[in-house]
Amino acid sequence: MSSFDIDNPAPPRRRPWTGIERAFAAVGLSGRALVIAAPAIWLTVFFLVPLAVVFGISLATKQFGKPPYSDLLTTEDGTVQLTLHLSNYVRLFTDSLYVAAYLNSIKIAFISTIFALLIGFPMAYFIARSSDRWRNILLMLVILPFWTSFLLRVYALTGFMRGNGVINQILGVFHIPPLVMMQTDFAVYVGIVYTYLPFMILPLFTNLVKLDGALLEASADLGGRPMRTFFSITLPLSMPGVIAGSMLVFIPAIGEFVIPSLLGGPETLMIGRVLWDEFFTNTNWPRAAAVAIAMLVVVVVPIMLLQKAQDAVQDTARAK
Amino acid sequence: MAKKPQIAADTRPWRDPSAKPFVRISNVTKKFGDVYAVADVSLDIYKGELFCLLGGSGSGKSTLLRMLAGFEEPTSGKIEIDGQDMTGVAPYNRPVNMMFQSYALFPHMNVEQNIAYGLKRDHLPKAEIADRVAELLSLVKLQDYGKRRPDQLSGGQRQRVALARSLAKRPKLLLLDEPLGALDKKLREETQFELVKIQETLGVTFIVVTHDQEEAMSLATRIGVMNYGEIAMIGEPTDIYEFPNSKFVAGFIGSVNMVEGVVTEDEADHVRIRSAELGCDIFVGHGVDCAPNQILWWAIRPEKIALSRERPEGDANVTKGLVEDIGYLGDMSVYQILLDSGKRLRVTQTNTVRGNPDAITWDEPVFCTWHNDAGSVLTV
Amino acid sequence: MRRGWFLPTMAILGFVFLYAPIISLVVFSFNESKLVTVWSGFSTKWYGELFADPQMLGAAWLSLRIAAVSATIALVLGTLCAIALVRFRRFRGRTVLSGMVSAPLVMPDVITGLSLLLLFVGMESILGWPAGRGMLTIILAHSTFCMAYVCVVVQSRLADFDMSLEEAAMDLGATPARVFFDITLPIIAPALVSGWLLGFTLSLDDLVIASFVSGPGSSTLPMVIFSKVKLGVSPDVNALATIIIGIVALGVFAATIFQLRSRPKKARA
Repeated sequence: MSSFDIDNPAPPRRRPWTGIERAFAAVGLSGRALVIAAPAIWLTVFFLVPLAVVFGISLATKQFGKPPYSDLLTTEDGTVQLTLHLSNYVRLFTDSLYVAAYLNSIKIAFISTIFALLIGFPMAYFIARSSDRWRNILLMLVILPFWTSFLLRVYALTGFMRGNGVINQILGVFHIPPLVMMQTDFAVYVGIVYTYLPFMILPLFTNLVKLDGALLEASADLGGRPMRTFFSITLPLSMPGVIAGSMLVFIPAIGEFVIPSLLGGPETLMIGRVLWDEFFTNTNWPRAAAVAIAMLVVVVVPIMLLQKAQDAVQDTARAK
Repeated sequence: MAKKPQIAADTRPWRDPSAKPFVRISNVTKKFGDVYAVADVSLDIYKGELFCLLGGSGSGKSTLLRMLAGFEEPTSGKIEIDGQDMTGVAPYNRPVNMMFQSYALFPHMNVEQNIAYGLKRDHLPKAEIADRVAELLSLVKLQDYGKRRPDQLSGGQRQRVALARSLAKRPKLLLLDEPLGALDKKLREETQFELVKIQETLGVTFIVVTHDQEEAMSLATRIGVMNYGEIAMIGEPTDIYEFPNSKFVAGFIGSVNMVEGVVTEDEADHVRIRSAELGCDIFVGHGVDCAPNQILWWAIRPEKIALSRERPEGDANVTKGLVEDIGYLGDMSVYQILLDSGKRLRVTQTNTVRGNPDAITWDEPVFCTWHNDAGSVLTV
Repeated sequence: MRRGWFLPTMAILGFVFLYAPIISLVVFSFNESKLVTVWSGFSTKWYGELFADPQMLGAAWLSLRIAAVSATIALVLGTLCAIALVRFRRFRGRTVLSGMVSAPLVMPDVITGLSLLLLFVGMESILGWPAGRGMLTIILAHSTFCMAYVCVVVQSRLADFDMSLEEAAMDLGATPARVFFDITLPIIAPALVSGWLLGFTLSLDDLVIASFVSGPGSSTLPMVIFSKVKLGVSPDVNALATIIIGIVALGVFAATIFQLRSRPKKARA
């Protein structure tokens, strides 16, 4: 490195990273190991471990003090004792409040997903079939609300649906008595569909835009009427998009907190809200942890479905 | 126009003025915005024909095919199939089927389901569908592939599935959009013959769109050459090649030498054309619809010109040049002859003698000569 | 093919549904009256009120700082993760890493928030760090879920990456690290920008997770808005929303234009 010779002409110009690279190599760390290790360690500490902690605390009981839960491990007379309480889980299954909240969350999430699909599919299909210019503009219009604040969009809905809100004022022009929409399950459905619609449209669009128009023509050519073509060709081929979009609405809707607390009434029981109240109002951390674990169990299957559908969407996208 | 050879007993329906066409395209025009994709095309196609629409990209051939299938409606004009007006008839109600360029096989169905799709739309009984599918699979020699998905097939196999699917409903008319376009050269040649064989066995009328002139020449009963949305010429492959009606058709099919000339003699049985480019007079042994002093073009195929070291007899149809380049292709050689005017002629000679030591070679002065009727006189 | 009336009608109704509430919110931010839904004349007084509210401004400033730092941490970690997943085809724990990084995308916020809070409480009592909860803990939490989004965005860009470019650079004598900085980084730069922006927006937007892991005196903007909105309508929130929507619309618009401009080159490739 010190002198010039014919075999090693111009030495490589020094860039900052040449030094960094050498420094890592000196410690025996390859770049590769480092690239994997950094995110892996971070995610272990801030994602995996916390879930384990939640599970652990769900097996403790509430107590007064700081922290407000019992230790799982106690040392008594020099021996370590492990105390596990299943009482929180027992409560989840026996207390009708929790059971109702779970069932209601699933119901609300399910119905909202269906409506989001019914509204989102024609929109995604329309965007996918429009000309290049329009497609970009319409896509931008779908993505735009997605970048604006979620909370503010929910707030916008309250202004729309409240007693003297825009809808009722319009109804008033036609002498229709005002509707009570706020603080109802209906408002929660509207809220979920409204805020999560872009999540439904985007994967559907990604899928539908790859749909080969020649397949639809081939179906028509072979005698398939438009409805038949839709159900035999379009819908089956867009299934990965349908599943991905539906799961992207269903999963977060299950645990939704903001929408039921701003739009729903006091009787709109949803599990995210129960968890929140358990934690903040009742300061029952172990119970909240148990609610969280139970909620995870509910969303595991949808998450796996989503993973599969997303792989399929990407496969079709790559095949093109 | 040039004289065409006449065949005594002619069975070709397009030569019979009383024959009824199976497909009648009358004055069909299709506009996309301000652009004419198809401009005032009229065309009759007869039962049992294998008609090729030949043209470059953007010539309107695919649009014409899509109007036959019903995917596009003509802006004006009329399409009749088997005597029925197709105006306003949806694709799913037409007695035609189409084989798509991309094959458009349904990726979520296996081969059998793809072939059965059209039959199910006709609500045929299950057993009959199964029989028909088996029959078609054996027709395209894919008996063992019925349960495969399209993505588990090779390009050639997919092509055959697409063909089987489009034939399943026994259409009276089959439209094929670049049916061999996606295959490699060797497979394409094999498949060409299979396609013709199937067409002859089933007696279905085929309309094939292609940009490949060789494909059109070897497949077609007749060819319609398209250019800028118009039909430039309709004719049998030999007509198109030997008797082109315009500079465009002459240049589009095969290779051609084209020179400009002026008419010096215009008689009923012959025409004489002086061509400065060629450096000699052209004597044409038949009458041509032209006038004295008219400027026109004369086109001759490379294989119609003979080369010799000695000057042949006659005062016309002979010109002198220098061998500038020779391309040896095995079966024949392509000579590039530089004429005194600077014009280059392309001449092909069949290599009939093995390893001929006496062959005409580089930089030799040679005479080019041709028969009275070897070239085409073109006015447009 | 023939076009029906059904799809266009549904699409128009859909867009009306998406935009009507937002538009009415913007309109009423210029309303004179305190009644958010009754028009009584044009006024910009709520904007003035908004900028005179120290609590709102403080929360906004805090949120912006948190979002910037979180997005940056998430960008680095998410990019590394994407590279590991796309480029190092096989390594031990690949599936686990891939699962861990994509799970936060769909994890309900309440679970993420609760689990991180319990972690921080536990860490404090065992390690003494992080001491108390506030900006630091919010940044840690936001970085974690934002990196998942960055990873997805960068991953899809890397998957489309033409490997022969890197091979060409290596063939011309560049070391792996140099290839990364000279070739890979410039080409994936657009994905990095959108990944960072996505992280920034998500962090700025988050209410639930921040509510769990924040401490006294570290109320983020969404927390302040939420408490105001819970009490009822407040026109200054309309004003704030209008400003945010305006910034976002400009940004998305600019990005779309930029994308359309660079499209022809890409389409040819």
